[in-house]
Amino acid sequence: MSHIVGRKLGMTQIFTEEGKAIPVTVIEAKPGTVVGIKTLKRDGYESVQVGFFEHSKEKHHTKAMLGVFKKAGVDACRKLREFPLKEGAAVGDKVTVEQFAAGDKVAVTGTSKGKGFQGAMKRHNFKGGPASHGSMFKRAPGSIGASASPSRVFKGKRMPGQMGNEQVTVKNLTVVDVRAEQNLILIKGAVPGSKTSVVEIRKEGQ
Amino acid sequence: MDFVNVVEEGYRKEMPPFAPGDTVKVYTKVVEGDKERLQPFEGVVISRRGSGTGETFMVRKVSFGIGVERIFPLWSPTIDRIEVLRQGKVRRAKLYYLRDKKGKAAKVKELDTRR
Repeated sequence: MSHIVGRKLGMTQIFTEEGKAIPVTVIEAKPGTVVGIKTLKRDGYESVQVGFFEHSKEKHHTKAMLGVFKKAGVDACRKLREFPLKEGAAVGDKVTVEQFAAGDKVAVTGTSKGKGFQGAMKRHNFKGGPASHGSMFKRAPGSIGASASPSRVFKGKRMPGQMGNEQVTVKNLTVVDVRAEQNLILIKGAVPGSKTSVVEIRKEGQ
Repeated sequence: MDFVNVVEEGYRKEMPPFAPGDTVKVYTKVVEGDKERLQPFEGVVISRRGSGTGETFMVRKVSFGIGVERIFPLWSPTIDRIEVLRQGKVRRAKLYYLRDKKGKAAKVKELDTRR
């Protein structure tokens, strides 16, 4: 497998031996457990179901799901993810950070920081108008379309609205270091989301 | 546990305590061709900023009548060692005013450490 779910812990910088500073995001990804395997015959598609963040309260899960966790021999997991099936995967297998190595290219998916309801300038980098000297057109979005024809606003027109707090994937990031004993992955550059937010890491091209 | 701190810990090393106003000699590793040598830079620390592995300090010296300032990353492996030559008596954290001073006025008084 080449996927794992972890928590973003924050950013720092580390140095190479030549003294070059690298900005890194530290992600803690504790081992996940395979709790189920979906088969073409039974489910119509193939995948492995992996549970992350163990020791979730039992009242948050259905009895059916608790049975699944029991079968896999783990405590209830907070997050369940499905990944493409790999040969030889079995219920109870562990998914750890060791599948990644320094130098790997990865894509990281997370939920971006919520910015609330924002105007067109901040949300879509609109230019706005002149700020001073009698300007009465400062941060407004401007024209949103023509008049009688088409006599409507086109779908997808960039306008003010909710910004952030959406799923964002950053691709082509480099793994700088993997510290298996602490379940840490160091990824070069920034990753979506706030500290302690849940992120999914997968190897590029999978 | 704060694992970000744990990651940074790996880059900490023995470093004498020094503050703005101190005169220091910084030995940096310089690679020339396939040889490595130590290049000293001596001057007054005029600022320290940042935290963790991102901490840097600025050293100012006057070389042949021209002011030279270098910013060093404190925890960079290119810094071999730092010698504190003199402790200065200063009343602020950033000594940028030294840039506008000349001659004797540009000197930092030494801290009296006899007590």
